[in-house]
Amino acid sequence: MSAGTEKIDVTVADVTPVNELVTRFRFVRSDGGPMPTFSGGAHTVVEMQDGGRTRLNPYSLMSDPADRSGFSISVRRDDAGRGGSLYMHTKVHQGMKMVVSNPVNLFSLDLRARKHLMIAGGIGITPFMAQIKQLTAMNGNFELHYAVRTAALATYADELHATHPTRVHIYHDDRGEAIKLERLLDGQPLGTHLYVCGPKGMIAWVRKTAEELGWPREAVHHEEFLAPASGKPFEVKLALSNKVIKVGEHQSLLEAIEEAGVDAPYLCRGGACGQCETDVIGYDGKFLHNDHWLTDDQKSSGKKIMPCVSRFEGKTLVLDR
Amino acid sequence: MTINFNDETFYGDFTFRNSPKAVQRFPFPFPEDSYMYSVNLEPHKSYRPGSVYERTFDVDEHYVAEMKDRARVLADDPLRCQSLPHMTLAGWDLVELIMTAKAEEYPDLFELHRDGDRWRWINRPLGIDDTFTFLDETTLPYGPMEYITRQTQGDFAILDQRDDNLWMDAGMVTTQADWSLDFDIGMNFFEWHAPVPKAHEMGVFVRALKFLLNIQQGAPARRLNWTMTINPLLDTSPENYHKWGAMKQELTAENVGRMMHLRVELQTLFRLPRSNALVFPIRCYLIRLEDLVTVPKWGRRFHRVIRDLPVELATYKGFINNRPKIVEWLSKYDDGAPTSPGIWPD
Repeated sequence: MSAGTEKIDVTVADVTPVNELVTRFRFVRSDGGPMPTFSGGAHTVVEMQDGGRTRLNPYSLMSDPADRSGFSISVRRDDAGRGGSLYMHTKVHQGMKMVVSNPVNLFSLDLRARKHLMIAGGIGITPFMAQIKQLTAMNGNFELHYAVRTAALATYADELHATHPTRVHIYHDDRGEAIKLERLLDGQPLGTHLYVCGPKGMIAWVRKTAEELGWPREAVHHEEFLAPASGKPFEVKLALSNKVIKVGEHQSLLEAIEEAGVDAPYLCRGGACGQCETDVIGYDGKFLHNDHWLTDDQKSSGKKIMPCVSRFEGKTLVLDR
Repeated sequence: MTINFNDETFYGDFTFRNSPKAVQRFPFPFPEDSYMYSVNLEPHKSYRPGSVYERTFDVDEHYVAEMKDRARVLADDPLRCQSLPHMTLAGWDLVELIMTAKAEEYPDLFELHRDGDRWRWINRPLGIDDTFTFLDETTLPYGPMEYITRQTQGDFAILDQRDDNLWMDAGMVTTQADWSLDFDIGMNFFEWHAPVPKAHEMGVFVRALKFLLNIQQGAPARRLNWTMTINPLLDTSPENYHKWGAMKQELTAENVGRMMHLRVELQTLFRLPRSNALVFPIRCYLIRLEDLVTVPKWGRRFHRVIRDLPVELATYKGFINNRPKIVEWLSKYDDGAPTSPGIWPD
């Protein structure tokens, strides 16, 4: 049960600015071989050697899953973030050697669906790009409703609309256009599955509305990667490896564990997959649980933490790692 | 060809035999002198040249005969192979996985030539040379899963992944240790494991499921499982229990070594890339006890394992009534000497 994901050595083939905030990156295998195929909705974890530290950020794959020549991702610049997207935007250039993980899918299509109803907000469009390519090849039935801030920031909206004029609907915030969600969800044929990817508020709104309208839980899918939150530095004792580590302000607990040379499992690094779940041996202080993996009971029990996104404030924290 | 394929049967006159080479590479499943369940999964990486762990899909001297036996079982009972409509893509994933691996690892037996979606597949041991269009079912004589699993040893369960669970939504099952695809089809992980004793209380399945849901592309896993089978029957299905169940009564102190077989399943798990499903190949290896005890370490250890196995497990594995005879016979090969750790012959 080894930690982490299988890695692929890649070369950056293209860096393409898409708009003011979003840049697309194309990776090809450095050894010239074919990339693995994947399923629409999968992400890859990109390793960034940023000065003295290694960043590992997950990004949805947006290229055609059947295209073995390379992987494409699109990264939205987040000036207030922890620096991963800024690194991608400012340091990554064509020809650069990088390492990415094999694809992992935590947002896959339910292939039983008679119809796939997709709701995207902003950069949340990326997993749908790959899913739409997959469904198009399979002659699948889909419909995309995509909310953007402005036409200038409507990443890939023109391309999507041009290819699928009857299936793709764009909503511009600055024009006062909004998805009429209740009406949309009300008129769907039996066997429709609903997918949402976008800002936190949008995901909550779509899931809540679907629930209120009586949609079965299994028919509603969402992709929500949390960026690890920054916070006050704290100290942790790793009991198994007998180390005391310090978690920096802009560092996640998982990153600090890795920096100390301790092998810890992970997959999504966004609080969703459960792989990095870690037992707490002792603590004196307060947990800042940011994941959506642990149940509320587990969170209040003080016995578990998800080190990829969650933090701690207080005197001592001892982990079984 | 590098492998001499046996002409043998797994029913009727039971001419199945292991060559001395096959005995030496048998996947003996007990690393120590006792047995209890564990989530004994490890990465499915190439290991020990010549062993069953060397290749992604092991092909051995029983290949051609096993495929004939599968065709025979399917002709009697087509429901041994089922694929729910949403699993066709996973079937193609399996075609790609098996063809690519076999062509690369057994170039003298199998060839795959790809020209875009136009694929040519040559299977020399079975005399097949087919050209088809990848992802177009109409170009194959069977559905994709059935096509490739009629050419690959072992049973196959394809598990759809959704709602944080796994669902047995497709499979080819003709060499099973008394379970039924037709009964389990559409069930989730906990439902199809419901009959297994003790493991639920031990929390084995909750942990195993969590591990399985996170199996990734490029990182397959494997484990061994085992039971006992009277006669070299590949098909010990509930559907045919009326045919083989009664054979258990035929065991005597004299014929134990010849009739009783240790049945080992090499179970592997692969994430399928295009469908995000999991495939669970269950490859069955049989060895008669007479052959097993030619490896002294295995004779000693197997005696101790069977003698000390909890009653629930011997019952579940279907040999509780015959256990005294088996233990008595095996005891002749256990001189009480210590055994070395690990599963391999000394």
